[in-house]
Amino acid sequence: MKPIALLAALALTGAAQAQDTAKEIQRYRQMIAEGSPVELFEFAGEELWKRPQGPSNVSLEKCDLGRGPGVLKGAYARLPRYFKDADRVMDLETRLLHCMTTLQGRSEKDAAARVFGTADRPAEMESLSAYIAAQSRGMKLDPGVSHPKEKQSIELGRALYFQRAGAWDFSCASCHGEEGKRIRMQDLPVLYKPQFARPVIASWPAYRLSTSGFITLQWRMNDCYRQMRTPEPNFGSDTTVALIHFMTVTARGETYRGPGNKR
Amino acid sequence: MAGPMKMRATLGQGFTEVRVLMTHPMETGQRKDSDGKLVPMHFIQNLTVKLNGKTVVDAQISQAVSRNPVFSFRLKGGAKGDKIEVAWLDNQGDSNSTESAVA
Repeated sequence: MKPIALLAALALTGAAQAQDTAKEIQRYRQMIAEGSPVELFEFAGEELWKRPQGPSNVSLEKCDLGRGPGVLKGAYARLPRYFKDADRVMDLETRLLHCMTTLQGRSEKDAAARVFGTADRPAEMESLSAYIAAQSRGMKLDPGVSHPKEKQSIELGRALYFQRAGAWDFSCASCHGEEGKRIRMQDLPVLYKPQFARPVIASWPAYRLSTSGFITLQWRMNDCYRQMRTPEPNFGSDTTVALIHFMTVTARGETYRGPGNKR
Repeated sequence: MAGPMKMRATLGQGFTEVRVLMTHPMETGQRKDSDGKLVPMHFIQNLTVKLNGKTVVDAQISQAVSRNPVFSFRLKGGAKGDKIEVAWLDNQGDSNSTESAVA
């Protein structure tokens, strides 16, 4: 009798502890959200959007993010999608890069030279993402799913999610493939399942407290591949766009609540 | 050059809720850069809040506050359209300020 009672008691404490941890993490996240300086990045992004730059010395205000030149309201919620002028599927950052080269006349090398910033010096792309994403707050995520190239991109993203590669033979699913797992404070959402993809995708891009910087989905793809020890993917490549596209389609219909906060 | 600053002041029941966002590195003087050199202290020292020109908060803060700080507090009273000014001064003499009307 006695050992059984003891075991039961131990099991109970374990469960209570796990619950406490989850509750504490929840409380911590709420505190981050209350003190989030996301708006500062939105502010900086607005200035960059309106600032004339490049050889053509024009701003990005005529950039077509899918809803017409210069239309920002709801544009982010409808990305990634197929763009006829570029004949490919683009996410927000890839599209911005496209506008920087076509409208502002900058070389791709120059425009993509510094796409991931630091706390001391955020990248142009990050602030722009904050500004543009913020204008889709409260709207339903509705990425492109009907064009043949969009279908192709989603399928490519799905395949890449499970594709093992690199020195460690990892795939996205190696970490994000099983429910209820986390690394320290971070949950590892199973991103091919809608119920897990929805809250995650609805909060990207985001402010990251531990680095005091703003992070984007292109950065997330890049850094996940770094952690998987694969060669570095190109910024805005079909690979990174396809993965973002696949996950956003998985989260389709969710109300966008970003730019969010990460630990 | 000081980065952007943002403030929101909203009227509640008998109080005004003020929320200020500031861009600031808030260096503690303990951190080393990539060359191994100490990054000099650089933090907001003084924060003043004025309601219609009258000082209502005069705060001294230290390095213990995080980068890009957010200050949120309640002021007694206040009415729609009241002018709120917030200014900070850091230990290197840099400063910035912003103002807005209570909404």
